[in-house]
Amino acid sequence: MALLEAVGVAKRFGGLQALGGVSLAVEAGEIVGLIGPNGAGKTTLFHLVSGFLAPDAGTIHFAGEPVVGLKPHALCRRGLARTFQLVKPFPGLTVLENVRVGALARLPRFPAATAQAREVLAFVGLAAKADLPARALTLAERKRLELARAFATGPRLLLLDEVMAGLTPTETGEVVELCRRINATGVTVLLIEHVMRAVMTLSQRVVVLNQGQVIATGPPAAIAADPRVIEAYLGPEHGHADP
Amino acid sequence: MDLILLGQGLLSGLLFGGVYSLMAVGLSLIFGVMRVINFAHGDMMVWGSYLAFLLATRAGIDPYLSFVAAAAALFVLGLGVQRFLVDRTLEAPHEMQILLMLGVALVLENSALLAFGPEPRRVPSLVGLRTVWLGPLFVDVARLVTFGLAIALTALLSLFLFRTDLGRAIRAAADNLYGALVVGTDVRRVYATAFGIGAACVGAAGALVSPFLPFQPSTGLGASVTSFNIVIIGGMGSLLGAFVGGLLVAVAESMGAVFLSPSLKELVSFSLLIVILLFRPTGLFGRRP
Amino acid sequence: MSHLGRTLMLIALVILVALPAVLGSRALTVFVFIFFYAYLGQAWNILSGYGGQLSAGHAAFVGVGAYTTTVLAMYAGISPWLGMFAGAGLAALLGAVVGFLGFRFGLRGFYFVLLTVAFAEVCRIVALNTEAIGGALGLYITFTGDPWQFQFQDNRGYYYVALALMVAATGLTAGVERSRLGAYLTAIREDEDAAEALGVDTFRYKLVAIVLSAFLTGLGGAFYATYLFSLQPNTVFGIPLSVDIILRPVVGGAGTLLGPILGSFILTPLAELSRTYFARTGLAGTHLVVYGLLLIAVVLFLPRGAYPHLARALARRRTAA
Repeated sequence: MALLEAVGVAKRFGGLQALGGVSLAVEAGEIVGLIGPNGAGKTTLFHLVSGFLAPDAGTIHFAGEPVVGLKPHALCRRGLARTFQLVKPFPGLTVLENVRVGALARLPRFPAATAQAREVLAFVGLAAKADLPARALTLAERKRLELARAFATGPRLLLLDEVMAGLTPTETGEVVELCRRINATGVTVLLIEHVMRAVMTLSQRVVVLNQGQVIATGPPAAIAADPRVIEAYLGPEHGHADP
Repeated sequence: MDLILLGQGLLSGLLFGGVYSLMAVGLSLIFGVMRVINFAHGDMMVWGSYLAFLLATRAGIDPYLSFVAAAAALFVLGLGVQRFLVDRTLEAPHEMQILLMLGVALVLENSALLAFGPEPRRVPSLVGLRTVWLGPLFVDVARLVTFGLAIALTALLSLFLFRTDLGRAIRAAADNLYGALVVGTDVRRVYATAFGIGAACVGAAGALVSPFLPFQPSTGLGASVTSFNIVIIGGMGSLLGAFVGGLLVAVAESMGAVFLSPSLKELVSFSLLIVILLFRPTGLFGRRP
Repeated sequence: MSHLGRTLMLIALVILVALPAVLGSRALTVFVFIFFYAYLGQAWNILSGYGGQLSAGHAAFVGVGAYTTTVLAMYAGISPWLGMFAGAGLAALLGAVVGFLGFRFGLRGFYFVLLTVAFAEVCRIVALNTEAIGGALGLYITFTGDPWQFQFQDNRGYYYVALALMVAATGLTAGVERSRLGAYLTAIREDEDAAEALGVDTFRYKLVAIVLSAFLTGLGGAFYATYLFSLQPNTVFGIPLSVDIILRPVVGGAGTLLGPILGSFILTPLAELSRTYFARTGLAGTHLVVYGLLLIAVVLFLPRGAYPHLARALARRRTAA
């Protein structure tokens, strides 16, 4: 069975059908890109998978166990961590303290968690900022902190919600590299992204959502050439997949 | 069960409910628009009562007229509290606004204590303590008048909120701050007006109960807590919820006073509150947060 | 905390232990109140300062602790030294109920504040209407001067008990600060969703915080009763006491270890002075007006309390030296 398997997941907000029966499987070790135009339901899917929302219908299995109804903290303990599209650092805490909150999920003792947090900070390249309050960071640094914090919880699957949005091309390249290194440590990655070049180079497989439905799944090259995707995602007037 | 007693309890509760509704609508308006809990709400009400007292003893004006002046004075006070105090803390964590309003409540209560002393007061009215019989049930005329005026004021407020541009802007701000910002409303003006109106509501309520409900500076706290209860029961930020909640809580308290003991009537509304929090935490008319 | 900070605290503690040798009875009383309010402030600080769950009804826990201890001593002859733990246990239980109702649905902020106020009022009304515990008149404790009854002939006895309470609560808070509980509570305060996503069982930790805070506050209630010898529903369950509890940590710096102590050293002498001064001039209520203005001023001009400023000043001196 796949590491994450969602079958027929649906969610409605009032009169709006945000997701209409979406099925998605992520195998252990993969990097999967989740793309689609605004309002396609990508973030809603993340909320459902990570336990922040409950689906109206459908099942979600993580590591072979049903997880619908579990709270986010329980999912985190089982190895499913996420970041938020609008980053949520703990602004009054230092960078190190931020990451330590994540590390405490696996290491209840303070000294061990602190050591782990320092290692993760070095891994993501924020070691020099460890003692600054999180509110003093730039956007790029905050996104990296968000990633570091989630990674520090020791996940098997990491859900990344637009960790590259708003970054310069250089910064984006660094985050792509970081995702690769995280994946190389054995962490499966599912990422929502609008930066096409990054998704296409990073992902082994891409899933396209449109209006609450999966309209295509496949390797990046096939997706980029798929006329349905180009039309749905970029509008009929666009000829290529890299804006 | 004694039907007359039951009817009497229902009737007096319902009549008092008009005032509760007015208080709660004021609180709900302030909360809905600014997400600020007005901890000084009850103290503003007591100041409404004292203004009616001043106007009655110094100028001989009946509280059923002077409630307009009390409302106007409290409008100015609310406007000032918003402009000079709350406005500066809107970006701060909400604990800060709560502490701020606790400070305002302390100042209002204890300045009333300094100005008027701790003795309970009541304001004489021409309507006096007369009663009328409605079939087998009797009613104080004063309570009847108060009920009528409180309902009329609530109706007037809804007309304002639904029929005028400023009123619509206030409702829009209560629904969605960003939406209101986008369409270019002068948010500060909307806030100040909303706070002013909220304070005016409770100030008028204070003047309207002054002929039959003895008040002293320390009464304000209880009134604040009652308003909070009503607003949670009705649903935070919902004006309809505040209105219905006011009637409901007043009837519940009145039944508690009739069938248990007058001093236990607050416990009835607290029990109602806990039941609501257990089974319908967003209140009767509240939306999911 | 820095080496310098620890040394300074040790020196301060030695001074406080030695102080009764030179203090008069009036001054001793002021110090007892300083320690006592710092203690209550520290208990509040765990839930509201670190955890960010603002309680405006902590008087409920003081009252439950005070009444339980006194009733057990008066009717069952149980020493307050033991009874205080029963009182604190009951206060903790009440805290668990409030927390369960307030936190269960993930309703945040406003509801919790109003719920704490409502519960304190329920306690007050129940106490007012329960003749077995004295109703509105409350309970009066006869003075025997027997230390086993938590009574001392010498004011210094109370001084040392209050000091011990304050130091113990501060030590406990320091421990919390350096544990998973403390880290999780501050995370919840800063961003509850993010904390939940990082594996923090936010409901459970908020519940732990309120139970711990209520337990400590209940112990404080026992001290209150045995020190003042009288209990009335309006004073021990009243909102003014809740405000008194909040005020010191907020003025000193909520969510900091020394904030409640600093705030109490600033505010308690002021309060005692103005209370006696204005009471003599017959202007009852003036000191509460001053309190209110102070609270407003702190929110507007010193929103993080005095402690961060003091810490910065100390750090500056240190780099200059």
